[in-house]
Amino acid sequence: MGDQVTQVNGATIAAGKTRRRPQEVNILLGLVGIALIFEVLGWIFQGQSFLFNTQRLSIMVLQVSVVGIIAIGVTQVIITGGIDLSSGSIVGATAMIAMSLAQVGTYPRAVFIEQGWVDLPVVIPLATGLTVGLIAGLINGSLIAYTKIPPFIATLGMMVTARGLAKWYTKGMPVSFPTDEFAAIGKGMMPVFIFLVISLIFYVALKYTKYGRHTYAIGSNEEAARVSGINVERHIVLVYAIAGTLAALAGMVVAARGLTAQSGMGMMYELDAIAMAVIGGTSLSGGRGSIIGTIIGMVIFGMIISGFTFLRLDAYYQEMIKGAIIVIAVVADVYRQRIRTRAAER
Amino acid sequence: MAERPAKTILKTEGLTKHYGGVRALERADFELHDGEHVAIVGDNGAGKSTFVRQITGVEQPTSGKIFFDGKQVEFKGPLEARAAGIEAVYQNLALADDLDVPSNIFLGREEVYFNIGPFSFLNTRKMMDKSRAVLERTGVKIPDLRNTIGNMSGGQRQCVAVSRAASFASKLIIMDEPTAALGIQETAQVENIIRNLKARGVPLILISHNLRQVLNLVDKIWVFRRGQIAGMVEADKTDGNEVVSLITGVKSGVHESASYI
Repeated sequence: MGDQVTQVNGATIAAGKTRRRPQEVNILLGLVGIALIFEVLGWIFQGQSFLFNTQRLSIMVLQVSVVGIIAIGVTQVIITGGIDLSSGSIVGATAMIAMSLAQVGTYPRAVFIEQGWVDLPVVIPLATGLTVGLIAGLINGSLIAYTKIPPFIATLGMMVTARGLAKWYTKGMPVSFPTDEFAAIGKGMMPVFIFLVISLIFYVALKYTKYGRHTYAIGSNEEAARVSGINVERHIVLVYAIAGTLAALAGMVVAARGLTAQSGMGMMYELDAIAMAVIGGTSLSGGRGSIIGTIIGMVIFGMIISGFTFLRLDAYYQEMIKGAIIVIAVVADVYRQRIRTRAAER
Repeated sequence: MAERPAKTILKTEGLTKHYGGVRALERADFELHDGEHVAIVGDNGAGKSTFVRQITGVEQPTSGKIFFDGKQVEFKGPLEARAAGIEAVYQNLALADDLDVPSNIFLGREEVYFNIGPFSFLNTRKMMDKSRAVLERTGVKIPDLRNTIGNMSGGQRQCVAVSRAASFASKLIIMDEPTAALGIQETAQVENIIRNLKARGVPLILISHNLRQVLNLVDKIWVFRRGQIAGMVEADKTDGNEVVSLITGVKSGVHESASYI
């Protein structure tokens, strides 16, 4: 047994058992397939191209990028083996609170007009909004890490609480008329730009930093992470805090875009975000997933919704199909898992 | 003691652990010298794992003292034990299936290029090179280090875990049933790593049920029985029968009356 030293430098032996094709490639192929199906159906039923329509594509991208910002945070949460159901409600709460601090002074019914908190510099509503999301995320993470209650329950509690906060804040009244500076973060393609910047940051963070390695390690084998010296609890709190902050950012973008905030904003966004992550190959059992995958998942998600609208499919059917897609994505994940387990048992 | 130039690495005095009314470990006096490889054997429930958990800081003893590397120690957790130079290989505990080999070997002690704000950028090349060197030194065959651990065979996984411990342990390695789930060839590979450790003079405590393995690999065998140390025998002066009789309680007391004590 003294001669096995040489094999390590030689790639030849590796040929027998090569690495699998990255999962992202398969998902990308899925995306191309779905695009082609809609293209063909488009020519058959609508007599026009689905893909080669810049307006449709830009609307599609705009629609998904707000939820995409949430999905970037949710992806990281799911990689640690958790789940975050509170993002949609955090969107609602942040939209209300940030908007109330971003109103113009010429609007007589602004929330804080008596206090004179109008025409404030844009940094004040932005910082406040992000802080709201950060606090919500810190609460989620601390509950999960230190009281060991299941992430599902902790974030479900936050989902109800944050929605309650959004409604209580103005007793259900919408908040409108933001300053131009605040409105700018939702204007034109700004949401897409914000999404891309956020994606890039966390793509790098997950792939090339200690933060990312530890995130995967915790989702993969929490006990191993712990005995390896990773502060698992603190890391979990951090990941949920990031997810909460990103949900808050999405909330402000969506409010700025619509020039108004309503307490019901962001309803079901959490599920859309989870769906994007899972379609993109993030495993609900933790340890696997990537930002690239989630971006592809997001485009698939957006394309299906936009494709059905394009084919003039009834909105009710769309919801049902959306549900089915989520289930299919999870089934695919379970199936992948089983193949892996079998492979490992060999 | 005069004929032993090697210094004592680990020593326990009256180490005792009770779980409520259960006396899992009673007054264990254990000693390990530098460069020495010993095995701990015993029936299920004999207190082997309990003993190891006290030493690795996973649990804290009810009473008794632990001396490590000349100093009395009281580890509050496994990290403290590791920081002191004790590496443990647990059966299924220590690997993250979704990470590749270097990430696993360096988990929790990654090599970093530089920090930008909260982000520490990983020096993956350095970790890869070092991992390659580590595996080369332990003689482990893994074709593609970038493959995730979950895609590897049980033997390869265990080899990575053992190599990881071997590469960082400065003073002591503890292996709890490292070959229990492995095939013949893979077992041979792990045993080979253990022999390499012996050659490098790294002290080792091996917990095993496999008497053939134990007799072949280690210098001394400590037998635990019903929470107590039933005796200690030197591997080259004994045979399987003596060890078995110690394990089952037919014979006892070598530890107390042995000439070298």
